[in-house]
Amino acid sequence: MKNNKFGIILNGLITENPTFVLMLGMCPTLATTTSAVNGLGMGAATMFVLICSNLVVSLLKSLIPDNVRIPSFIVIIATFVTLLEMLMKAYVPSLYESLGLFIPLIVVNCVVLGRAESFASKNNPFDSLLDGLGIGLGFTFALTLLGMVRELLGSGKLFGLTIFPEQYGALVFILAPGAFISLAYLLAIMNKLRKQS
Amino acid sequence: MIYIFMFIAAVFVNNIVLSQFLGICPFLGVSKKVNTAVGMSGAVAFVLTLATIITWLVYTFLLDPFNLGYLQTISFILVIASLVQLVEIVLKKISPALYQSLGVFLPLISTNCCILGVAILVIQKDYNLLESVVYAVSTAIGFGLALVLFAGIREQLALLRVPKGMQGMPIALLSAGLLALAFMGFSGIVKL
Repeated sequence: MKNNKFGIILNGLITENPTFVLMLGMCPTLATTTSAVNGLGMGAATMFVLICSNLVVSLLKSLIPDNVRIPSFIVIIATFVTLLEMLMKAYVPSLYESLGLFIPLIVVNCVVLGRAESFASKNNPFDSLLDGLGIGLGFTFALTLLGMVRELLGSGKLFGLTIFPEQYGALVFILAPGAFISLAYLLAIMNKLRKQS
Repeated sequence: MIYIFMFIAAVFVNNIVLSQFLGICPFLGVSKKVNTAVGMSGAVAFVLTLATIITWLVYTFLLDPFNLGYLQTISFILVIASLVQLVEIVLKKISPALYQSLGVFLPLISTNCCILGVAILVIQKDYNLLESVVYAVSTAIGFGLALVLFAGIREQLALLRVPKGMQGMPIALLSAGLLALAFMGFSGIVKL
C-alpha cells in the first residue's frame, strides 16, 4: 500500500509531468521562468493551490451536483488563489511583484482544473492530496529547470550566483523568444531520454 | 491619436501571445490549421471585448466603491465563465451559422488566460472604459494575427522532414520562438 502512495507522487513527477508530458499550463511556464528563483516561486505557488484545491474538491465531491461541477471547482480554486495572493503580498512582496499578473492567473491554469476534474473528483482526500503534491512537484521541477537554463544562458548566473561574466550571456534567453526556444530544446531532450528508458 | 498608438502597441510591440505569454494554450492547441485558427481568433475577439467591458463595469461600480478589490479574481472568473455560457446560448438562438463556426471553440475560452489576463491588466493600468475597449479589441487582433501566422507556419511544417526528437511540440515551440524573435523587431516603434 505504501508503494502505491509513493507511486501517486512519482506519477505526477515523471510519468504525467504537467509540463514535459501533458503540456498543460504553458503560460506561466514560459512567462515566469526568467530566473531560477522566479520559476521555483511560481512552481511553489501553483503547488500550494493544487494541493489545497485537490483536497477540498475531493472532500466535497459527494456534495457537488454533477452538472455544476466545473463552476464549483473554479470557485474553490479561485478562493485559494485569492488566499495565496494575500499571503504572498504580505510575506514575499518582492516575489509577488516579479510574478505579477501570473498569480491571479493560476485560476485559469489548466493543470489545476484538470487535476480537480480528472483525479480529485474520483479519489479519496488523502490520495488527492498526494496527487496535488506530485503534480505540483513535477511542475515546480520543470519550471525551475527551465528557469535555470534561461538564467544561465541569459545572464551567466544560477540562483543569483555568477557562473560566468554577464557580458558573455545572450540576453535573448531572458526575453520572450528565449523562453520558447529553451523549452523546445528541453522537450526534445526529454523526449529522447524517455524513449531510451 | 493616443488610441492609434495603443492599437499598434497592443498588436505588434506588446503582442499578447508572443511577448506577454497570455493565451499560449490555444496558441499551441488550435494552430494546426489556418481555418480553425481563424475561427478561434474570432471567438476570442468576441468574448474578450465583451468580457473586458463587463468586468470593467463590475469592478468600477460594484467592487471598487465597496472596497471589495480582493474579490477581483473570483468575481472576474465567474463573470467570464457565465458570459461564455450566455454567448453560447444566445448565438445558438440568433445566428446558427455563426454558432456553427465558433461554437466548438467557446467552451475552451473560459479557461483561456488571455481573457482573464486582459480583464485584470485593464484594471491594473487604470484605463477608462473607452481605453479598455480599444485595448481589448487591439489585443484580440494581436492574438488573431499571431495565431493565424503560427498556423500558417505549422501547416508548412507538417510537410517537412523534421529530426525525430524534434517532431511535434519541440519544433512548433522553436518556430514560435523564431516568430517571437521577428516580433521583437517591432519594439520601440511606438512610445506610450
